[in-house]
Amino acid sequence: MEDYVVEMRHITKQFGSYKANNDISLQLKKGEILALLGENGAGKSTLMGMLSGLLEPTDGEILINGKSVKMDNPRNAKKLGIGMVHQHFMLIPAFSVLENIILGDEPTKATRIDYRKAANDIEKLAEKYHLDIDVNAKVRDITVGMQQRVEIMKALYRKANIFIFDEPTAALTPQEIEQLIKILRALAAEGNSVIFITHKLKEIKEVADRCVVIRMGKVVETVQVAETKEETLAEMMVGRKINFAVEKEETDKSKTVLAVSNLSVEAHALLKVKDLNLIVHSGEIVGVAGVDGNGQSELIEAITGLRKIKKGSVELKGKALQNLNARKISEAGIGCIPEDRQNVGLILPFTIAENLVLKSYHKKPASQHGLLNYKKINEMGRQLIKSFDIRSQSEKELAGDLSGGNQQKVIVAREISASPDLLIAANPTRGVDIGAIEYIHEKIIEQRNAGRGVLLISFELDEILKLSDRIVVMHEGQIVGEIDPRHTSSEELGLMMAGKAPIEQEG
Amino acid sequence: MKKRVLAVLAATMMAGAILVGCGNSSSSSKGTKHSAALVTDGGGIDDKSFNQSAWEGLESWGKSHNLQKGINGYNYAQSTDDSDFLPNINKLVKAKYATIFGIGYKLDNAITKASKANPDVNFAIIDSVVSNRKNVASVTFKTEQSSFLAGVAAAKTTKTNKVGFIGGIQSDVITTFQKGFEQGVKAVNPNIKVDVKYAGSFTKADVGQSLATAMYNNNEDVVYQAAGGTGAGVFTAAKNVAKNGKKVWVIGVDQDQKADGKYKGGNVTLASAIKKVGTAVKDLSNDAMKNKFPGGKTVTYDLKSNGVGLVNDNMSASAWKAVQSYQEKIENGTIEVSAK
Amino acid sequence: MHTKSLKGLTIPLVSVLAGFIVGAILMLIFGYDPLQNYQNLLVGSFGGVYSIGETLRNMISLILTALGFAVASKAGFFNIGGPGQYLIGWFGAIVFTLKFSYLPAIILIIGALLCGALAGGLWSMVAGILRAYFGTSEVITTIMLNYIVLYIVNFAVKSWLAGKGSDSSPNIAAKANLNTPFLQRITDNSTFNWGFFIALAVVGLVWFYFNKTKSGFEIQAVGLNESASQYAGVNVKKTIITAMLISGLLAGLGGAIDGLGNFQNISVSNNLPNVGYNGMAVALLAAENPIGIVFAALLFSALQIGGLSISVYSNTPSEIVDIVIASIIFFVGIKYAFELIAKKGWFKRKNREEKGGAEK
Repeated sequence: MEDYVVEMRHITKQFGSYKANNDISLQLKKGEILALLGENGAGKSTLMGMLSGLLEPTDGEILINGKSVKMDNPRNAKKLGIGMVHQHFMLIPAFSVLENIILGDEPTKATRIDYRKAANDIEKLAEKYHLDIDVNAKVRDITVGMQQRVEIMKALYRKANIFIFDEPTAALTPQEIEQLIKILRALAAEGNSVIFITHKLKEIKEVADRCVVIRMGKVVETVQVAETKEETLAEMMVGRKINFAVEKEETDKSKTVLAVSNLSVEAHALLKVKDLNLIVHSGEIVGVAGVDGNGQSELIEAITGLRKIKKGSVELKGKALQNLNARKISEAGIGCIPEDRQNVGLILPFTIAENLVLKSYHKKPASQHGLLNYKKINEMGRQLIKSFDIRSQSEKELAGDLSGGNQQKVIVAREISASPDLLIAANPTRGVDIGAIEYIHEKIIEQRNAGRGVLLISFELDEILKLSDRIVVMHEGQIVGEIDPRHTSSEELGLMMAGKAPIEQEG
Repeated sequence: MKKRVLAVLAATMMAGAILVGCGNSSSSSKGTKHSAALVTDGGGIDDKSFNQSAWEGLESWGKSHNLQKGINGYNYAQSTDDSDFLPNINKLVKAKYATIFGIGYKLDNAITKASKANPDVNFAIIDSVVSNRKNVASVTFKTEQSSFLAGVAAAKTTKTNKVGFIGGIQSDVITTFQKGFEQGVKAVNPNIKVDVKYAGSFTKADVGQSLATAMYNNNEDVVYQAAGGTGAGVFTAAKNVAKNGKKVWVIGVDQDQKADGKYKGGNVTLASAIKKVGTAVKDLSNDAMKNKFPGGKTVTYDLKSNGVGLVNDNMSASAWKAVQSYQEKIENGTIEVSAK
Repeated sequence: MHTKSLKGLTIPLVSVLAGFIVGAILMLIFGYDPLQNYQNLLVGSFGGVYSIGETLRNMISLILTALGFAVASKAGFFNIGGPGQYLIGWFGAIVFTLKFSYLPAIILIIGALLCGALAGGLWSMVAGILRAYFGTSEVITTIMLNYIVLYIVNFAVKSWLAGKGSDSSPNIAAKANLNTPFLQRITDNSTFNWGFFIALAVVGLVWFYFNKTKSGFEIQAVGLNESASQYAGVNVKKTIITAMLISGLLAGLGGAIDGLGNFQNISVSNNLPNVGYNGMAVALLAAENPIGIVFAALLFSALQIGGLSISVYSNTPSEIVDIVIASIIFFVGIKYAFELIAKKGWFKRKNREEKGGAEK
C-alpha cells in the first residue's frame, strides 16, 4: 500500500437532513497535484472545508501522513501543514505584503517584530518557488495575481506542505494563470502535495496528475488525467452529454445596431476610454477582449447610461443615446448582463419575481397608476422561471438564496425577455458552473441568430473565441485591433491583450 | 385633632378609591389643605436655578409644617418634554394635592386647562398671568427692578465704561432683565455702553463661556447673566480671565451665586439679582393652608415686598451705597423701572 | 422578511425584559421597591380611562416620528432630523390654524395638518437634496437642520405669534382642537385626541406604500442596493429626495397633531422636542416594521406616561424610568451587534451549505 499524505475515508457531511458530502473517499500522494472537479454545489468546498478545519465531518475519518487526526479548527489544520488559498483573498489592503504574510505568526526579537528576519525568510522561499512578490508594496496596490501569490506565500511561510487551491484561476488573466501553473509545478517538484479545486477542464489537463470528479456530494470517479479526454471529464462532472459546439446560423449582418464614435469616458479624473470607435451589426456577436481594467467597465457604463460621456456619441439603430438616462437607454433597446451580478445585476434581498421586473416594474403590466400589481409580477416571474430554467422553490424566493448560476439566469431572463436590439454581456459566465455556462451561451447565440447585436466582454478567452463573430482587443481605453476568432489561438490573443504583440489586421 | 385627621383620611380614602376607580394602589389619597406639589418646566429640581429654588421653597414649607414628601405632603413632578406638563399636572390632581404649582411660563396653557377641569384645586403659575380663572393664582416678579440695581452696581464698578448682558433665550421674561439692567446702567452714567447678547439656550454653558470670553476680551469688565445653566459658562470665563490677573466681574441671577464665583485667589461674583421663587411658593402654600389662596389674582413680587433684590457679594462700599439709595427710590416710587 | 417575523419578535422582547431587570436591580441597589414602582408604572399608564387616554395620546407622535425614521432608513438613510421636522410641523399647524381661523372646522384642521406635514417634509427634503446632489452626510445635515429650525421657530414665535408679555402663541380656536369635548368626557379629561386614529391610518398607509406602490418599491431598492437600482434605471437622486420628503412629512404630521390635539399653541422652547429622538428608538425597537412600531410606541408611551407616576407615588426619582428606557434602547442596540454576529455565522454556514449543496 502506498503512503498517502492525506487520506479522507468515507467522509459524510450532513446539514440538517441534507447530505452535502456522501461517503467520499480521497487520497493525496506526496508530490502530487490532484484536481477536484465538480459543478458549483457538488460538494467540493464542503469537502475541503473539512480538510482545512472549518467544518467537522458528520461521519468518516481524516488521516494525515497515515495518522488519524481530529480537525476541529483551522489552527489544527495549519499545524498539520495544511495551507488553504481561498477564492476570496483574506488580506488586509492597508498592510504591506510583508505584514500580511507574517500576520499572526510574527517572528519576534525581544518584544519587537523582527521584520528583517521575516523578509529574509520570505525572499528565500520566493526564489525557490518562483513567487514574484514585492514584500514592501501595500496589498491594495498590487494585482490580483500577486495577491494570490501572497496567499501562497502565507501558507509556505507557515511551513505548509499540503496546499489546497480553491478555484485559483477564476480571477486571473491568461498570463497570470500561466505563472500560477508554474508555481504549482514547482510546489509539487519540491515534494509538496496540491489539491486543486476547479471546474475548468483545460487547466486540469495542463497541470493535474489525477482528478477526482464529484457530483451531488458523491465521488463519480477518480481518473488519471493523462488518459482522459476533456469531454469525458465534463460528462462525468455534469452527468450527461455536453454540447460543446455552438451552432451559429448564417445571419444578415448588413444593419448597424450599435455605433460608438470617438467615445471618451472619464473615471476618477482619469481618461479610461479614449476616442473609441466600435460597431456592432445585427446578427453578430462582437467580443471585446482585454485585460481587466483597460476601460471595458467604463465603456459599458457609458453605453448603458450609468456614466457620463465626456466626448463622442453612442447610437442605437441611428438613434443618439448619449445624455439619456439609464432607463431611457434600456427602453430604447439595450439589455445588459452586468459584470457584477450580486452588486449591480440583482437586489439580493428582493424576491426572484421582483428582480425579474427590476427594469419594467414602472410600467404595465407590472404596475399601473403608481401601484404594483404583485399578482401579475409573480405570474410573470413564474413564467420566466419556467422558460429560463431557473432552479428555485418559488418566484418568492429571495435572489440571494439562489446559486450563482441561477442568479445569473435571473439576470439573463430579465434582459433577454425584454427583446433588446443590443445585448451587452459582461463576463456572463464568471463563476457559474458548466451547466449554466452552456445554457447562457445558448441564449446568447439565440439572440445573435434572431438578428440582434451582441456585445460580449469577457476575460475568458475561450468564451470570447468560441462565441464571437468578430473580436476587438481593448488596451488602455482604445480598440487596438480586430481579429477573426477562426484564425487566432488563445495564446496569441493573450499576448495581444497584454499589448505585447503586434495586432494582425484581418478583417 | 389626630383622630379627626384620621377620620377625614379614611373618608377621603374611600371617596378617592371610588373616584380613581381602579386607581393607584399606593394612592391613599386625600384632599387636604396641607398638601402641595409642583411641576417643573423641563429642568430638574436640581437645576441650580428656577426649579430648584421653587422646590427648596416647597420643601422648607413642608418641613415647617411637619409634612412628608409624598402623598398628603409635598411633592414634585418632573417634566422632560412639553407634552409632559398636562399629564404631570393631572397626575398630581388625581393624587389629591390641594395646591399645584406650574413653574414657568411654559406651563400656563396646561395650568389653564387643568384649572378648568378641576375647579376645586388651587393652581399657581409662576412667571405668567392666567386671567379669568378663579382657582389660579399668577405670580410675577418685577425682575426689572432687581436688574436695575444690577445695572447700578455694574455702572458703579466698571473701569472701562463697558458692560455686558448675556441672556438665555430672547423671551419676555428675560427681556425684562435686560431692560432693567440697561436702565440702571444709564441712570448712573449714560455714557456706559451695554453690550447685549443672547445664547439662545438656558442649558449651553459652552455658549455662555464663549460669549463672556469675547466680552471680557472686548474690555467689558462687568457681565450680568440671566441665562440659567448657560450662565455657568459665564462664571468659568470670568474666572479664567481673572486668574490671568485681569479684574472682571459677573453679576449672578435668581439665587445668590457667590459660591459660583469663587476661585483660588478671589471671587468674581460682584452681586446677585435674586428672584425668590421659593418664597413665592412658600407664601402661596401657606395662604392655601389658611384658606386664603389668592385664586384669580396676580401676586407681584417686587423690591418692596422683598420678592426680588440685589445681594451684595463683592461690591465696593460706595457701589453698595449707590445701590441702596436707588433701591429706596424705586421702593418709594421716585423711580419707575420699565419692564419693556 | 416574512419568515423571520417570529425570530424578529424575540429580540425586542428580550431587550425590553432586560431593560426592566436592569431598572429593578438599580432600584434595589438604591433602596427603592421595584415591584411597587413597576406596579405604579403599570397603573399610571393603564389604570383607568384617563391613563389609557394619555398613553394612547402619547403614542401618536411616537408612531409618526418612528415611521418617519423608518421610511428614511428603508432608503438607507439615518434621519436624525425627526425632532426638527416634528417641531416645524407643530409650528406650521399652529400658524395655519391661527391665520385661517375663520375657516370651517374640518377644512381648518385638514389644512393645518397638511401644512404641518408639508413643513416637516420640505425641511427634511433639504437634507435629501444635499445628500442626492452633493453627497453630504444626512446625519450631519439633519442634526444641523434641527438646531436651525429650533432657533427659527423660537424667533418666529417670539416676533410674530406671541403677544406682548408672552412667550407663547395665542391658543388656537376651540373648533380646531382634536381633543374634542366628547373625547375629554369619555377619557376623564385626558388629552387623548382624534390624531390617534389618524396615526393608525398612517401606519396602514405606510405599510401599503412599501408593499404595494412603485415609489415604495424604488425606495427599498435604493436602500438595499444603490448601484443595482441605478443600473435598473431607477432615478436614485429623486428616490432619495422622495424618501426624505416622506420621512419629514410623517414627523411633521406628528408635530401638527400634537400641536392641534395636545398643546393648542406653541411656545419659545429651550430644547428640541425629545419625541423626535424617542421616535428613533421606537423605530429601532420595532426593526422599522410599521406594525411593530405601533406596539413599540405603546410600550414607550406606557413607560413615559406611567413613569410620571413614579415620583408622585413614591420617593423614587422619576429618572429611574429614563434608565429603564435607556437600558431597553441599549439592549436593542446590542441586538444589532448580536444580529451581526448571528448573521455572519449564519452566512458562513449558508455559503457552505450552498456550495456544498446540490444545485437547487
